[in-house]
Amino acid sequence: MSKHHVTTTINGEPTEYLCEGQQTMLDVLRDELGLTGSKEGCSSGDCGACTIIVDGDIVCSCLMLGVEAEGRKITTIEGVAEGDKLHPVQQKFLEHAALQCGFCTPGFIVAAKALLDQNPNPTEEEARYWLAGNLCRCTGYDKILRAVMDAAEVMRAEARR
Amino acid sequence: MPHVVMTGVAARRLTGGVTEFDVEANTVRRMIAELDRRYPGLGAQIDESMAVAIDGEIFQDAYLAPLKPDSEVVLIPKIGGG
Amino acid sequence: MSYLDKEALKVVGTRPIRPDGIDKVIGRASFGADYTMPGMLWGKVKRSPHAHARILKIDVSKALRVPGVRAIVTAADFPNIANEEAFVGEGPMNFRDLSRNCMARDKALYDGHAVAAVAATSNAAAEEAAELIEVEYEVLPHVIDVEAAMAPGAPILHDDMLTQGVEPKPTKPSNVAKKITFTKGDIAKGFAEAEVVIERKYTTKPVHQAYIEPHACVVAVANDGQTTIWSSSQGQFMVRAYCAKLLGVDIANIRAMPAEIGGGFGGKTLVYLEPVAMALSKKSGRPVKLVMNREEVFRGTGPTSGGTIEVKLGAKRSGRIVAAELVLKYQAGAFAGSPVGPGCMCAFAMYDLDNVHITGYDVVSNRPKVAAYRAPGAPISSFGVESCLDELARELGIDPLALREMNAARDGTKTPYGPTLTNVGYLQTVEAARNHPNAKIPLGPNQGRGIASGFWFNIGGESSAAVHVNEDGTVAVVEGNPDIGGSRASMAMMAAEVLGIPYEKVRPVVGDTASIGFTFLTGGSRVTFATGMAVTQAAEKVVEQLKSRAAAIWDISPEAVEWRDGKAFPAGANAGSFEPLSLADIAIKSGRTGGPITAEVSINAQGAGPGFATHICDVEVDRETGHVKILRYTAVQDVGRAIHPSYVEGQIQGGVTQGVGWALNEEYIYDKDGRLENAGFLDYRIPVASDMPMIDAVMVEVPNPRHPFGARGVGEVPIVPPMAAVANAIADAVGARMRDLPMSPPKLRAELDELDPPRMAAE
Repeated sequence: MSKHHVTTTINGEPTEYLCEGQQTMLDVLRDELGLTGSKEGCSSGDCGACTIIVDGDIVCSCLMLGVEAEGRKITTIEGVAEGDKLHPVQQKFLEHAALQCGFCTPGFIVAAKALLDQNPNPTEEEARYWLAGNLCRCTGYDKILRAVMDAAEVMRAEARR
Repeated sequence: MPHVVMTGVAARRLTGGVTEFDVEANTVRRMIAELDRRYPGLGAQIDESMAVAIDGEIFQDAYLAPLKPDSEVVLIPKIGGG
Repeated sequence: MSYLDKEALKVVGTRPIRPDGIDKVIGRASFGADYTMPGMLWGKVKRSPHAHARILKIDVSKALRVPGVRAIVTAADFPNIANEEAFVGEGPMNFRDLSRNCMARDKALYDGHAVAAVAATSNAAAEEAAELIEVEYEVLPHVIDVEAAMAPGAPILHDDMLTQGVEPKPTKPSNVAKKITFTKGDIAKGFAEAEVVIERKYTTKPVHQAYIEPHACVVAVANDGQTTIWSSSQGQFMVRAYCAKLLGVDIANIRAMPAEIGGGFGGKTLVYLEPVAMALSKKSGRPVKLVMNREEVFRGTGPTSGGTIEVKLGAKRSGRIVAAELVLKYQAGAFAGSPVGPGCMCAFAMYDLDNVHITGYDVVSNRPKVAAYRAPGAPISSFGVESCLDELARELGIDPLALREMNAARDGTKTPYGPTLTNVGYLQTVEAARNHPNAKIPLGPNQGRGIASGFWFNIGGESSAAVHVNEDGTVAVVEGNPDIGGSRASMAMMAAEVLGIPYEKVRPVVGDTASIGFTFLTGGSRVTFATGMAVTQAAEKVVEQLKSRAAAIWDISPEAVEWRDGKAFPAGANAGSFEPLSLADIAIKSGRTGGPITAEVSINAQGAGPGFATHICDVEVDRETGHVKILRYTAVQDVGRAIHPSYVEGQIQGGVTQGVGWALNEEYIYDKDGRLENAGFLDYRIPVASDMPMIDAVMVEVPNPRHPFGARGVGEVPIVPPMAAVANAIADAVGARMRDLPMSPPKLRAELDELDPPRMAAE
């Protein structure tokens, strides 16, 4: 079985890779490209640990095939910070102790970034429903929500400047 | 002399059903040695499956823990956790 | 030394950013599945589709012909270990059972039981080959539920299982591994004195720890047998010891490296994959990676027990409880070892009762062997006892907090399991719950408030820690416990406090088994207590060295030096007049004053200090759907002293949320053939963000005098009260008493319909 050649953009970098037809985007990221920040918690789209942004929309990369990345723009957890400057969501996750084991954290941060890109001023309830596709077993979500709401406030203040 | 009570355990077979003992000992090690002398095999049983509560504080695998003459010693199942 | 004076602390009690935080928010932290090795093979485990079956034959010939397959192992590749409990520093463990749980021998005992494993050059080849391994089974009658497994004529799992703890010694095998009893006072006399007797039965289902990271490891066995294991577990020393035993090799030949761990909650306190990957690596001569998928996690790894809880309480009209009887039947899964012991011991530990009789049964059935889960055993028995107390309070017309207060354990209370309690902060939690503003918020229609308390022992145990002073005066702390919830931050904080330097100057790492002395696994809420004690003592030893090094530089006696705020000072005018020397000043000259400054301490910590909690849960019930919404949740807990308060709150909030899932949604569902029907997060539904409100974690601080900073374990007790707190809130809201977990919408709807039968449309 011959491999497929895929040309795409990942975290702003033009990227080419070969993958097999049945390989998921998550497998490609982790096993072919060495981007192990996206995690596999279920491989059925239920846990959100592998969340990435594809052309502005959040996607569970375990439900997407590697070949589907052709011509798309993809952001993974590795592309959320700008150089050594953390995204406000990342910074607030640290300040609010919004992670314990840290395994679900990449998915939450990617999903929360996508939320705030679309809706800079979510209510707590909107944020809770947006993040309902990301499972966390450690924190009870309290500090995650505080971090996201706080990050939203910081981003709004930055936008006003 | 420290009063020793054994609770909740299957080791009663080794003691013929006796669960309370007065043991002349000033450390856990000496207490276990004395109990094993009286009931051969009980020492190994305590080592492997029991914790020792001394005056309310739980000690596990602590031969050197001191016993006072009026200490209340309770042998309970060992405790792990998640 | 003691640092119990909170006002004097500079670092402990603050909320700095955890040292491993950056790596975790940018996706760089390496968990078990993130490791790769040159030449590495991919493994796949073949699992039994039957709940109970004799393995007649395993034919691997077709699987071996798949291109890329390098090795296949079955039970024949492991030593056949005798039935004996061995002691290897991690407590008693029946290694025959552990070995057979990792790889079935003779019989498969549950759906998902590993029967073979394959390693190949790609994941796809390994999966294809695993499919092609042909196992011939003789399917046997199976039994899933605990009472069915105890019934006469039930299918027997182990022909050599004779119930322990009953007289006379049984002669016939049974699924009851053990019976235990605890007795205090005279139960018959107690009930005779009772003015009110209430007797109820409650049931719970097995629930999984549901850590988001599936089990994963990479194992490399060299030709000479030297083995390196990278894996995600709650204890690298546990992994090393268990693999050595199961493969029959010397501990010295194994080096276990702790990967970052993506949650455990007790479920990663034993091995599943590591011994199998080790056997595959040995056979193939290549490193082997084994990663479970989510279905395998649910089918093949241990949930905690489900069980039945029969409670009988006798009380005076005043509310004073005069008799308490409890019978617990816990599912152990396929091998003996449910947490029924601690279930028995914790059930009434909050209360001062004169007459108690507790019986517990450890029962095997055709389910995955249970693993520890947060305060193992206690949440199950407490669901029954704390619900029954609520029923008693309603019967007597007494406020549930007042009932608990009236019967509360205090310093000097003799527990039903024997010891006399000391250092008890229970009443403080009841009082803080009563006084919390959330306890006074008025409730609307279909809303209710529930109260429940909980207890966990907490443990200490063996811990090692090293403190190394670097040449520039910064400090490395090496400790032996995988960091499951932010403990590295706490270790660095305690070291910084003792040394008198800023937190950021201390970098903590979790050492592998060759880099630090033996350390018991991360569990039992022991790390901040026990390993924190080792870190503190190691830092104190370093301070002593720093004082003698300063003395050498000044050429005075070490007794004439004192250490304050990270600097050496002459102790007084008589000592001489010298400019203070900072840690960095001393470090740079350490070569001239005797060499590197470093200390390692290994201890067996005792005196963990009991943990008590009282929770208040407010719910709203949707009468049409039976759905329960958690409106607010207040969890009060005696935490001793919070080293890093954010992570203490996090433990409480996380435990509560797991408890809410246990209460409302989570359960293992089996079909009639004994196959697990809901082995995925879609059908095994853990709480999501939209299910929960913010959780008020209220920290009561009754310092533990046995710990230098007063810490108690905090991780376990928060999962004990929630199931009863939710049930009691539902009863308060709509008068429906839910005695069977989970309290899912269909069950609550049925209960509501029974209380208020729906009128038929035709009528």
